Amino acid sequence: MQNGSGPRKHTIAVLVENKFGVLSRVAGLFSARGYNIESLSVGETLDPSVSRMTLVVTGDEFVIEQVTKQLHKLIDVIKVSDLTDDDHVERELMLIRVNAEPQHREEILRTADIFRAKVVDVTPVSFTLEATGDAGKLEALVELLRPMGVQELVRTGKVAIARGSKVRVRKVDAPKKARVSDDPKVVGFAD
Amino acid sequence: MKMPGARIVLECLKREGVDIIFGLPGGAVLPIYDALYDFQGLRHILVRQEAAAGHAAEGYARTSGKVGVCLVTSGPAATNLVTALQDAYMDSMPIVAFTGQVPTHLIGNDAFQEADNVGITRPCTKHNFLVKDGKDLGPTIREAFHIASTGRPGPVHVDLPKDVLVKEWELVWPEKVHLRSYNPTYDGHPGQVKRAAKLLVRAKKPVLYVGGGVISADASAELYELAELTQIPVTQTLMGLGSFPMAHPLSLDMLGMHGSYYANMAVHHSDVLIAVGARFDDRVTGRVDAFAPNAEIVHIDIDPSSISKNIKVDVPIVGDCKRVLAKLLEAVREELREEPSAAVREGRRAWAEQLAQWKRDFPFRYEWSDEVVKPQYVVQEISNVTGGEAFIVTGVGQHQMWAAQYYRFKHPRMWCTSGGLGTMGYGLPTAMGVQAANPGKLVINIDGDGSFAMNSQELATCFTEGLPVKTVIINNSGHGMVRQWQRIIYKERYCAIDLPGIPDWVKLAEAYGCVGLRVTKPSELVPAIEKMISTPAPVVLDVCVDKDECVFPMVPAGVLGRCQPSTYNRVRLRPAPPSGLAWLVIWPGTRRSLSASSRSSLAGF
Repeated sequence: MQNGSGPRKHTIAVLVENKFGVLSRVAGLFSARGYNIESLSVGETLDPSVSRMTLVVTGDEFVIEQVTKQLHKLIDVIKVSDLTDDDHVERELMLIRVNAEPQHREEILRTADIFRAKVVDVTPVSFTLEATGDAGKLEALVELLRPMGVQELVRTGKVAIARGSKVRVRKVDAPKKARVSDDPKVVGFAD
Repeated sequence: MKMPGARIVLECLKREGVDIIFGLPGGAVLPIYDALYDFQGLRHILVRQEAAAGHAAEGYARTSGKVGVCLVTSGPAATNLVTALQDAYMDSMPIVAFTGQVPTHLIGNDAFQEADNVGITRPCTKHNFLVKDGKDLGPTIREAFHIASTGRPGPVHVDLPKDVLVKEWELVWPEKVHLRSYNPTYDGHPGQVKRAAKLLVRAKKPVLYVGGGVISADASAELYELAELTQIPVTQTLMGLGSFPMAHPLSLDMLGMHGSYYANMAVHHSDVLIAVGARFDDRVTGRVDAFAPNAEIVHIDIDPSSISKNIKVDVPIVGDCKRVLAKLLEAVREELREEPSAAVREGRRAWAEQLAQWKRDFPFRYEWSDEVVKPQYVVQEISNVTGGEAFIVTGVGQHQMWAAQYYRFKHPRMWCTSGGLGTMGYGLPTAMGVQAANPGKLVINIDGDGSFAMNSQELATCFTEGLPVKTVIINNSGHGMVRQWQRIIYKERYCAIDLPGIPDWVKLAEAYGCVGLRVTKPSELVPAIEKMISTPAPVVLDVCVDKDECVFPMVPAGVLGRCQPSTYNRVRLRPAPPSGLAWLVIWPGTRRSLSASSRSSLAGF
């Protein structure tokens, strides 16, 4: 089939029923049709009976159209939105444990500071940093830390949310939670 | 009042209006069979292999318009059922399949007869459930029937652990089913319907291409009215056969790989193609970029994911075929208030003439023989003797295509065939389901010797359950379709296709308590068919046919678009099709006609 544009990365948000087997249905859909998931993250929403998945998929218009339609077809899928062309914010969280010899400790902390990363664990020979950002930022941080020796690294996969006041999820009465900016544990959201 | 889970299952089935269950007992579902012992109002039909229960449910569902139900045990029974589930999934058959499961505390323990049933059936059902809590039994069964029968119909699987069936629970029966995540669209977008109507009345070479969705939606009457009103010719897919009467002058019969010459030519040359409840299957389109190259395509389908999946569509209309066609009729009537332009009228007149000429010049045809029975003749005579009023079921292979080509279909819901999955052995068990749903009616299973052998044990079910299915075996002593491909595409290197005359089907039928008949000469055929029909018992009519016969035309559509079609059909096909036609048409008599390169490109299909 002829396509309007070539393959590119799409960020797709999927609201699903929070039931067992749903992840397998979504994953099965991709494997059955030969589509590749680049990243996938799942978590509960304000409504505990609904989970939200953020999928990153590479494909041309045709593939993405099929992906969204096939997702819709799953009985447990409530809503599918392709955020790619809408104004949205996307973030990924990374934990990285890096060698911290005495001669490098200062530099690592400085780098972490520039990237608004936070030190979450310290030993005499290592730092564990927590960093958030888009994929490019995290990769840049890894590159800067690589010369010191990265021991271990883990990334969550991308999560994304639309900007602005558009309501995408049903309003649900939920207990009042602290605003993100009030939470001292969360850093690095403001670029 | 509390009752065992097994009893709840049966109560729920009754409330859903189920009257027949096709099943086979085993360890994990014993509680249900125990409850069935003195349960009133449900007929259980004991099959001999689990896949047959699934196929029977399909036949029941297709011909009755209700949801078919089957019930088998855990593990191997569930895995046997998988073929039928995938078959029902591809052909959009509404069935609900129940399987037993080991008790919940043993799930995942590699218990006896345990399999991950819901894991296995997940990709081959519309939806599936594992019921871990008896409170969920009622709501789950309600949802299962709702999901199976609404939207694009399909199979739903419910897995029932043994302890849930044994323990006593309150029966929970929700009056209404509401699933926030499942809301099929039934009404087409009015703007799109209007666009379609405008296209339709201004088309010079329009064709209606209709599929199984028209039958599932019971939209044949609307289709008929639309075709009559607009005088647009109708071609049907394999699954759509019966949605439009073939005797009608506007019928172009079946299209696709083994479809009629005129249907394929009409689609290829059309300027507006209206697809209704069809899914542009590769056996219809062949190479997609060469399919209906000049047509603006309207696609009416209830499944949004079918639209623009294979072929880019110009006017997509998501909705129920019946409702959309009704709206389309209104819109077309509105458009027709204005007289079509002279150019359109002239175009339509020329189109009708062209179609009539193709129909006249290239009908389905075969060479007659006085010595040996031609398989096409068998189907023709079945059609003549029954007058198109019998329920027809087929297996998969050459006989299936001949049945589709030569049986003159009159009514919807009287034809069952495995279109999507192509499941050999589908014929007999499905025919049982059809017969169970339509007692006293004539049900004929047109089968092949290879295909019939795959589920011939169900003759026992036919006999013991009083299901007088008539099976006609088009017996060419081999896997005919494979033979045909090896002959045409693999240089006659025949491999693993011979089924040399065993078993003796007449004796086999008799061994199962059925009546066996045999025909070896053309002159014996009609009396034998008449005798078969007048016999009240299940009958197997073994017709020994010409094993060299191939299904023609054979249109490996589009793969050979780059070759000159005329190179290949010099022998019979005159006049040669207009250049630009992307199909190779292999016509009777074209034998040694393919070059090595075209053979290799065909082999991919």
